Amino acid sequence: MDQLNAVGRSVLRPDGLAKVTGRALYLDDLPENGCWHGTTVRSPHASALILSVDSSAVSDPEVRVLTAKDVGARNSVHLIHDDWPILADGRVNHVGEPIALVAAPTLARAQAAAKAIKVAWEAQTPVLELDAALRGDPRTGGRLNVLAKCDVQRGDVDAGFGEAEVIVEGWYTTGHQEHVYIEPHGVIATPALGEGGAFLGVDVVGSLQCPFYVHQALTHLFDLAGDAIRVRQSVTGGGFGGKEDYPDMIAAHASLLARACGKAVKIVYERQEDIIATTKRHPSRVRHRTGVKRDGTLVAMDIDVLLDGGAYITLSPVVLSRSVLHAAGAYSCPNVRIRGRVLATNTPPNGAFRGFGAPQSLFAVERQMDKVARTLGLDPFEARIRNAYRQGDITPTGQVLKESVSAVAVLERAKTATRFAERFAANEAARAGRKDDGRPLHGIGLSVFWHGSGFTGNGERRMMSKGAVRLRPDLKIEVLSSSTDFGQGTESVFRQIVADASGVTLDDVVVHVPDTAAVPDSGPTVASRTVMVVGRLLARAGAKLAETLRAFAAHQSGTAPAAVVLSHGFFETERGRTPFAEVAKRYVTLHGPLDAEATFEPTPGSTFDEATYQGDAYAAYGWGANVVEVEVDPDTFITRLTKLTTVSDVGHVVHPVMCAGQVEGGTLQALGWGYLEEMKMKDGRFLNDRMQTYLIPTMADAPDMETILLENPTTHGPFGAKGVGELPMDGGAPALLQAIENATGIALSAIPATPERIFEASRARKRS
Amino acid sequence: MSTTYRFTLNGKAAEVEGPPMARLLDVLRRDLGLTGSKEGCGEGECGACTVLLDNEAVCSCLVPLFQVEGASITTVEGLAPEDKVTELQRVFANEGGAQCGACTPGMMVTLKALLDRHPKPTRDQIREYVSGTLCRCTGYERIFRAVEVLTGQRAAEGEPAAPGGEVSRT
Amino acid sequence: MSLAWSPKTLVEAREALARGATKVAGATDLLVIDHATGRQHESVLNVLGIAELQGIRVEADQLSIGAASTFTQIRQSPEVAKHAPLLAHAAATIGAAQIQNRATLGGNIANASPAGDSLPALLALGAMIMVSGTREQRLVPYNAFHTGYRKSVLGPDELIERVLIPLPSPAVQVFRKVGTRAAQAISKVVVGFASDRLDRHVLANVRLAMGSVAPVPVRLHEVEVLIEDNPLTAELADRAAALVEKTIWPIDDVRSTAEYRRHVAGQVVRRLLLDLLEAPRA
Repeated sequence: MDQLNAVGRSVLRPDGLAKVTGRALYLDDLPENGCWHGTTVRSPHASALILSVDSSAVSDPEVRVLTAKDVGARNSVHLIHDDWPILADGRVNHVGEPIALVAAPTLARAQAAAKAIKVAWEAQTPVLELDAALRGDPRTGGRLNVLAKCDVQRGDVDAGFGEAEVIVEGWYTTGHQEHVYIEPHGVIATPALGEGGAFLGVDVVGSLQCPFYVHQALTHLFDLAGDAIRVRQSVTGGGFGGKEDYPDMIAAHASLLARACGKAVKIVYERQEDIIATTKRHPSRVRHRTGVKRDGTLVAMDIDVLLDGGAYITLSPVVLSRSVLHAAGAYSCPNVRIRGRVLATNTPPNGAFRGFGAPQSLFAVERQMDKVARTLGLDPFEARIRNAYRQGDITPTGQVLKESVSAVAVLERAKTATRFAERFAANEAARAGRKDDGRPLHGIGLSVFWHGSGFTGNGERRMMSKGAVRLRPDLKIEVLSSSTDFGQGTESVFRQIVADASGVTLDDVVVHVPDTAAVPDSGPTVASRTVMVVGRLLARAGAKLAETLRAFAAHQSGTAPAAVVLSHGFFETERGRTPFAEVAKRYVTLHGPLDAEATFEPTPGSTFDEATYQGDAYAAYGWGANVVEVEVDPDTFITRLTKLTTVSDVGHVVHPVMCAGQVEGGTLQALGWGYLEEMKMKDGRFLNDRMQTYLIPTMADAPDMETILLENPTTHGPFGAKGVGELPMDGGAPALLQAIENATGIALSAIPATPERIFEASRARKRS
Repeated sequence: MSTTYRFTLNGKAAEVEGPPMARLLDVLRRDLGLTGSKEGCGEGECGACTVLLDNEAVCSCLVPLFQVEGASITTVEGLAPEDKVTELQRVFANEGGAQCGACTPGMMVTLKALLDRHPKPTRDQIREYVSGTLCRCTGYERIFRAVEVLTGQRAAEGEPAAPGGEVSRT
Repeated sequence: MSLAWSPKTLVEAREALARGATKVAGATDLLVIDHATGRQHESVLNVLGIAELQGIRVEADQLSIGAASTFTQIRQSPEVAKHAPLLAHAAATIGAAQIQNRATLGGNIANASPAGDSLPALLALGAMIMVSGTREQRLVPYNAFHTGYRKSVLGPDELIERVLIPLPSPAVQVFRKVGTRAAQAISKVVVGFASDRLDRHVLANVRLAMGSVAPVPVRLHEVEVLIEDNPLTAELADRAAALVEKTIWPIDDVRSTAEYRRHVAGQVVRRLLLDLLEAPRA
């Protein structure tokens, strides 16, 4: 294991050829085998009492209609708090909330029946956005309807402001973001039926990120033992967090229908239903008050984070926690106070989206740093490098950053790679002397950010994930985990990690599809934890398996186990080498398949106190810097992205091409959120509920990208690797707004930076 | 009323009975079992359902069946002979062009149409021609690069696919 | 769902037209709406194969474009490039390749969307619409074709046969589209401008048309007169912009705001006049 054989290579991903040939079968491509089709009746109201649901006009005798009374006692999606109804019972809290389910032998018949269902409503006054939520919620008697709270404090903030030579204040706002995975949600639920058609359980296959979340939701819903429910992942066409929470809902719907009909039931959303019904990124408002010395040194940060949770709690408490923990940015400051709140509104619940609250708070702190820099006459790089975390610095939770700290390294590299300082200054000068010739205005912007890998605080300790490997009779080592691949390349990096950890070749390793009946629970595929946390478990399991085989080989050849090495697919001793397959074959012939498992082991000495929110918030952090270059049209305020340079420290790069792909795709998603993607609402209904109106970047919008990967290893991940999934979502938007400011002189504090918003700001500036 | 329509599909004669306004995408996926073409939006915005209609890239979700009578259609399944891949497909997979893969079939067909017109395309030509096929995973950089590697404008970064390198999910 | 015709000639199309069959060209809007609403058509007429609707050619004093010409064909036509670059430019901004390969000029006109990108170009070029059907063929000036939001003079028994652009076409032709995204974005404001040029500072026969600022694509006659009656100067560009802002009545919708559209419409006109001033031989 001294030399890496598979890790670090850009090998062909196992699903690559199936995907380019169209042979990969996604949920809606699977054989239907006579399954029935389900559809959903949804609320047109943001807040209303349901007076009645009348399906008497449904004339089709085969159709089944379900309402809340058919769900049973456990009518909630089992996430953090059981407040999210599977079918609305008595009242609805957002447009698109499911009220009834319909199944029929064909989708057309199900849809026709759904149209015939009549609902009587008593509409109530909804709370539609944060401003209104701050004025109080009728549902909680006019008080603030707080879904979650999270506070962090370090040092003495008031004393810090006393020391400050300059105090800067700012408000920052972000909007909804839709995931737009190209494959919308879909599941097929097949009931297990006993004598007389008794419902014994259900087998669910779906486009999803977290099979054990769905498993847990269904065992809760049906009050059944774990082995009555089986959840498998189909090839999944993108997730970005959007298939973390919502599959619990759609799987519950399909399973309820399957139970009612005694048939397999398929539900696949079309794009519009997917946008209307599923969770989004939390809109945010963040207030900053920052005390600095004249040289730019931070002495106090007072931060209020406010998130719009939508109608139900879903994952909001954990989203808020991550938002708060990243809110002071990649900067050392002795006195910090962060207050976080999630407020309820009558909008679809907001949930998991790549970055999980951190992009919102990092947007705010990065724009605040721009304001600090502007106020003090520093350039954005200077203000940042002065305060960026160094090894040994202490975070707001009191965590000492002991290893793998790269804030300064990513900043320096980004600066030299782009000649940032000169070009920023040149654009400022050009702006001052520019002619009215209609030519585009050039801007460049920089951001620095961090992202905790793995669950927050004690999350991993609580989860106690498992990963396993098995030497099969066909002599392949099979990777068994519940970590899903929805594009990131999980299957490939796991093969690489296990191959090197056990000392075999890549071809010796295969990956088992995530299936709750066959793999251990390695936790959900979220939180930038797959490579670092689960990858490490698999590396340990692989090493254990290799150890057993080495002992076996030693025993067979009469040498000491310590004298046998398994490396690059060969058992090596002083006497020579034997191919892996030869020894493996002898082993399975004698003993059968060999299993090895590893369970999460907390880092000794690492603690996190959830009552005080003090301690080691994350085992390791990824670090990134983005430089975004733009052209802004002076007449139309249309922004064009011309170049993106990213520098990311991911610890150790397992697969260079796929790692770069994560960074590039995530950063364009961040930039889309920053200037293009906008969810407008009217009476609680999303107006941008189609891809024609909710615009994501096309190839013509994508800048050329230079992707620089740094390797500053952590002891917490396999071969030093940290998570990379979410980090790229964190820095695009603030760097983009700084670039627009550099080009136009207009400092925006809200995204998306649409031409309309830049225009309004420019007009406001002219007036004042 | 259903009528029988005849056309050429991936080089072979095909015959489908259906209503004239049936969407070609549904005909391909449901009637002909060719599920490679995906429905991402149903309104011609995402391009995941792109096929070649008489050698022109079109969104199959926007083509009514009765207009393909006598035409020639190529889907992602028809780009290479069965169990084979084209050079474009191989390079695309090696260079990280596909992540989740949901846009990939449409991307393969659109890129085939691009390369038929521009054998050595510049980035601007790629941008112009392929902007109707959306990808949410890659940020497009690896797609540009795959085309550039294929057309000899850039060195490969991914390792070439080993023969039989495809590993199925067991 | 029932009858479907795919005629080869206008004569063969008469029966379908007489029955008021839904005319299907590139179907790039039609099928979106059908699928979203479940709408069914009693009968459909495929106009793409009708011989009289094909081809782009120069006839004596006009450029004649078959209504079934796709935007790809229009973009690639040397005749359009030579005589109606404004239209070629517009065609290049409609959707992306997949849409341009299917969507037709006739379909864009008949669909009568206020955001149709080719429409201001046709207004600025003074196009005539050749309408055929079961009745006598007629020529309708394009500026009289639309009668209201998604409404036109086209009868259920008629179709658009050809689009005629008088020649010689204007020496100055400018197209500008303002959309959020770099590709396949529906317009927030679209501008077609055409004029003759008598001198560096004198423009004549000015036609200024806009889409997405009113229920139908419109000519801005007051602005045209202002430009014709005054020497082309930077000051005139400012005055024209101000008058544009006063003349149009855009709305707030999911794509943009009325205020932005008003401002940008003025700025686009201002800039194109300034560009003309800078490049006297454009």
